Amino acid sequence: MDHSPMNWGRPRNDAVDLYGTYPIPQRPYNGSKGSFSAGVQHTQQPIVTGTSVLAIKYKDGIMMAADNLASYGSLARFKDVQRLQAVGDYTVIGASGDMSDFQYIQTVLDELMVDEFTAADGHSLGPAEIHEYLSQIMYARRSKMNPLWNSLLVGGFKDGKRFLAYVDLLGTTYSASTLATGYGSYIAQPLLRKAVEGYEDVLTEEEALKIIEDSMKVLYYRDARSLNKYQVAKITAAGTSISESRSAETIWSFAEDIRGYGAQTQ
Amino acid sequence: MPDMVPMSVAQPQERQFNPYSDNGGTILAVAGANFSVIAGDTRQSEGYSIQTRYAPKVFRLTDKAVLAVNGFAADGNMFVKKVKQRLEWYRHAHSKDMPLRAVARLIQSMLYARRFFPYYVYNILGGIEEDGSGAVYSFDPVGSYEREACRAAGAASSLVQPFLDNQIYFKNQTPAPGTSHPAHLALTDVLALVIDSFTSATERHIEVGDGLEMYVVLAKGSPLQGLELVQGVQEMSTTTDGERVFIVRRNLKRD
Amino acid sequence: MASSSVYSSPGFDFSNQLRNNFLSEKGLPLPKATSTGTTIVGCLFEDGIVLGADTRATEGPIVADKNCEKIHYISESIRCCGAGTAADTEFTTALISSNIELHALHTGRKPRVVTAMTMLKQMLFQYQGHIGAALVLGGVDATGPNLFTIHPHGSTDKLPYVTMGSGSLAAMAVFESSWRPNMSRDEALTLVKHAISAGIFNDLGSGSNVDACIITATHTEMLRNVEMPNQRVEKEKKYGFRRGTTAWKRETVKSLIVEEEITHVLGEAMDTT
Repeated sequence: MDHSPMNWGRPRNDAVDLYGTYPIPQRPYNGSKGSFSAGVQHTQQPIVTGTSVLAIKYKDGIMMAADNLASYGSLARFKDVQRLQAVGDYTVIGASGDMSDFQYIQTVLDELMVDEFTAADGHSLGPAEIHEYLSQIMYARRSKMNPLWNSLLVGGFKDGKRFLAYVDLLGTTYSASTLATGYGSYIAQPLLRKAVEGYEDVLTEEEALKIIEDSMKVLYYRDARSLNKYQVAKITAAGTSISESRSAETIWSFAEDIRGYGAQTQ
Repeated sequence: MPDMVPMSVAQPQERQFNPYSDNGGTILAVAGANFSVIAGDTRQSEGYSIQTRYAPKVFRLTDKAVLAVNGFAADGNMFVKKVKQRLEWYRHAHSKDMPLRAVARLIQSMLYARRFFPYYVYNILGGIEEDGSGAVYSFDPVGSYEREACRAAGAASSLVQPFLDNQIYFKNQTPAPGTSHPAHLALTDVLALVIDSFTSATERHIEVGDGLEMYVVLAKGSPLQGLELVQGVQEMSTTTDGERVFIVRRNLKRD
Repeated sequence: MASSSVYSSPGFDFSNQLRNNFLSEKGLPLPKATSTGTTIVGCLFEDGIVLGADTRATEGPIVADKNCEKIHYISESIRCCGAGTAADTEFTTALISSNIELHALHTGRKPRVVTAMTMLKQMLFQYQGHIGAALVLGGVDATGPNLFTIHPHGSTDKLPYVTMGSGSLAAMAVFESSWRPNMSRDEALTLVKHAISAGIFNDLGSGSNVDACIITATHTEMLRNVEMPNQRVEKEKKYGFRRGTTAWKRETVKSLIVEEEITHVLGEAMDTT
């Protein structure tokens, strides 16, 4: 498993299994094979990256969260970056992966929303349309071998319906009542599924917030590229709102009691 | 130390972008005398993670054609979208639905058009031919295709296909003296075999599970053949005087 | 160019590495072993240790064993959960179990968990990660309850709650959100069940049932299949085959009854009394 956004979408190196712990699933190999591999070179690599985004469905709509960190490799480079963005009146998108690609996506979506507004045809784009548009962009860019290096969540509420879906650098899309990107898909998703699956229509805003806060705290404990400073967005019939930055209360006192890693007792 | 190899030259790191992924799951279709069953599980996974427990892999194209796609999900969804678009254009041009054998040939052309950057998708097309017979067409990712009585594809195809060969083609089964194997099975038998195929694949393949969607296409004027007794069956067709499409859903294990 | 030197350097022999890399590049990878792509956990509670494991063993994407045992015996009050290459976890734990028993006979004392941990880490370090065993070792000895993880390269961790295997992140998320110091036996067992279940339902490498083992100073309780949330459903059809289904080309009937004729030779019969 390699959770670093730097390595998303790259072929796994089956010869290296750092801990020999995981049987590595076979993936189709599409690396360079011949003398033309040095032809047109589009593919960059992500430089400044954001980690997980989480989102759940609840009674009144969608709740989404992402921290404020943009990392430069293992350096915590920018600690006041907003990774949640409202698009129009009904939708919030959350981004992990390359932050410059995300800013480009924001520009594209801004242009789209302005175009739609100036049409003044009485229609406005909802979350489903924005997700479809985004997935077409992501898939088209992967097909040009020049991907936008992101995993995105799209959450929204329009015409009395909740919407929550995922799209990533490969153009892969899916939808579920709980979603998480990056490390969050391994750490937070099990917690979210247990708390939300089957209760989508009864969870109150307070309960939803508690679930999100608990998951963000666990992510901060275990994801080395995360920050205990995050924002929570909610999208309901009343529209979109993105909170001020907040932090979870954490406990580190257990560290006092740990003595060494093996036979040591003092 | 002459026999030591520096670790730095041992493994060159691959840095190229890989535009493909494998999203697991299995699909399967069986043709009867005047019906066709097309099924797929609903789990979408990558590596060891379940992305979602409900992502359909089987799609109704027209009232007589159903397409199952399996492999790389992004390619699969894009491919279905493009096939549906071509079928709509056909409808506008000819005021009727495209015949099944023409849909099959269309799919071949669309797949082979991407011979050197393939859709990483295995397709199985099921439905009713113009002569009213049930049909299944199966494709490889670059468009080679064949009409068959049954076919399994995807992650657990190597588990399911031998079972189908035995139970539908009666391979390795000698008929009782003086009798012969039936050429076509009854709809209820086929549905039972499909369900058993998926519950078994779920037991032994880690990428199969969560849910099962089975589409049943009935020939024009065909009786329901016991389909009305199947629990949770839902009609999906636009008219009831032509071919009819039904869907049956089942839960599969989620581990 | 070809070296005729008979000199062999001290330490490990890497002379086949070039050849092996070349072979795997040419598409002849080393054989993949059965692996327990696994969720295994352990946690401290007020009077001991609870260990937990799922029961799925895999070979690539295929389930090799739906109900295997991953909690191995080291001694009466020391047990070890294994993830990684199935054969490696079984043989290392069996070997250390034997050595621990000999050590106990030699010293005349109950074995300690740190002893087992040190033996395991020294062995694994010696093999430089080629023994693919990732272990959760727990037990209670004269010093109290002890819990360790041991990685395939020989490094160890000592923590109040630990997880390993492909479902380790799912299980750790449960521990991080719900573990507290000095839990009761029942609370700890419930927590371990939840942690393993998180692995079973969210990680494809883990599945089937929950095994648990509760170790206290006085008693070790092995709870095999303490939870079975994934029972196989009944099939729609019966798959019996008529007698004569399998075709044959030739029929031979052999009499397997040995017939012998006993001829008494003149003389006295042997005295068999």
